Amino acid sequence: MAESRAITLPLTDEVIDGLRIGDHVEFSGVIHTARDAAHKRIVAMADAGEELPLDLRGQVIYYVGPTPPREGQVIGSAGPTTAMRLDPYTPRMLELGVKGMIGKGGRGQTVREAIQAGHAIYCIAVGGTGALLNRHIRSAEVVAFEDLGTEAIRRLEVDRFPAIVVNDAFGGDLLEAGRRQYRTSSRPVPIGGSGA
Amino acid sequence: MREIEAAAITETVARLAVESTHFLPKDVEGAIRDARETERSPLGVQIIDEILENAEIARERMLPLCQDTGTAVVHVELGQDVHVSGGYLIDAINAGIEQGYGEGYLRKSIVEHPFGTRTNTGTNAPGVIQTEIVPGEQIHIGFMPKGGGCENMSRYQNFLPGEGRRAVIDFVCETVDVSGGNPCPPLIIGVGVGGTAEKAMTIAKHSLFRKVGERNPDAEVAALEGDLLEAVNALGVGPQAVGGSTTALDVFVETFPTHIAALPVAVNIQCHSARTKHAVL
Repeated sequence: MAESRAITLPLTDEVIDGLRIGDHVEFSGVIHTARDAAHKRIVAMADAGEELPLDLRGQVIYYVGPTPPREGQVIGSAGPTTAMRLDPYTPRMLELGVKGMIGKGGRGQTVREAIQAGHAIYCIAVGGTGALLNRHIRSAEVVAFEDLGTEAIRRLEVDRFPAIVVNDAFGGDLLEAGRRQYRTSSRPVPIGGSGA
Repeated sequence: MREIEAAAITETVARLAVESTHFLPKDVEGAIRDARETERSPLGVQIIDEILENAEIARERMLPLCQDTGTAVVHVELGQDVHVSGGYLIDAINAGIEQGYGEGYLRKSIVEHPFGTRTNTGTNAPGVIQTEIVPGEQIHIGFMPKGGGCENMSRYQNFLPGEGRRAVIDFVCETVDVSGGNPCPPLIIGVGVGGTAEKAMTIAKHSLFRKVGERNPDAEVAALEGDLLEAVNALGVGPQAVGGSTTALDVFVETFPTHIAALPVAVNIQCHSARTKHAVL
């Protein structure tokens, strides 16, 4: 098994400098959740010059819409959702200071370039492991857009939250590199071959 | 003629919703375990280990396997000698969805007016319900909480009749390639060939109720399933698309007679959290 790197949040430029595609990392500290509806709202507020409900500088955004918690649980099942759906908002989020994103699946070319330009990283958590990831979330608190229900912005305290670096700050793309490495088919890799 | 109470159907659907979202079917878990032994990528093996550990935690702690507890896809085979009493069949099923998603602390992911306000119905109803009239006096209910990520990767295309088998293989490979990590590989791939547009997609979806390893009884179709699995796994997409030799656990093909002018092909993708559960009343 590949070795895992423990990372204490917030993400610093030095930490980002040391990360490369394929690195298995474990995040500890604070991250914030946001998916489609929250992204749409944040970008609209920023474009209108309104004050944002949270300071995005240095933040790690986790693309997740959890199940409701049972009695005594801090959150329900909480695995990543498809990152590609957030691509239209991501360059703007990076401009607003976001340094890291956790989702599943690949990113489009525009986003990959914006990640490199913003000296940020995109990681995947394993899609469909929401019960396992629940065990790494110590607290959850809705901090904005409560009316969005599962799509509200939550502040999560995470402990050794497992993820894999897919896009580093140097233009690397794990999904493209990995597919080339393990491909035995004579079919050409499609353009933007990371499924973005 | 046999009487079955609508309330019994509601209770059954509610139970299937909770059980299917918490307990990974044995055949699926077994196939993932087998894939661990053949996966060439170390990162792929690590991902498979996390998937297996997730199934164990979900089972032991009653946490849904995945936060996307899906659209409730319900396939009903209604015996023609059954009379449903005390309510309308479809209402009874939707009441069961509402009950199960509430009691089970499942995510309600269904919104009204898909291109408009997209207000959440708050119940995860209505389900997508297919009914089929069959001989006999039983009701068979198949329940599939179908995730949005993999359903979004569905594709349909009409080919020229002369393009044949080759077109099916190319289309399935292309679909898996462009889908990448979005549908959460390792996948189970449902393929419908023939009929009309809606028939092809319906049989593709229905094939996903099969157990992993269960082949189509038609030898020619079964051979296509084998060739498709090999072709898809040669793509190198791998677990979560990080690269690897396990892109799909199985490929199911269903066929239906079609028009002389047509070769419809539908692909419906299932993620590794291949949750299905059946009941017979």
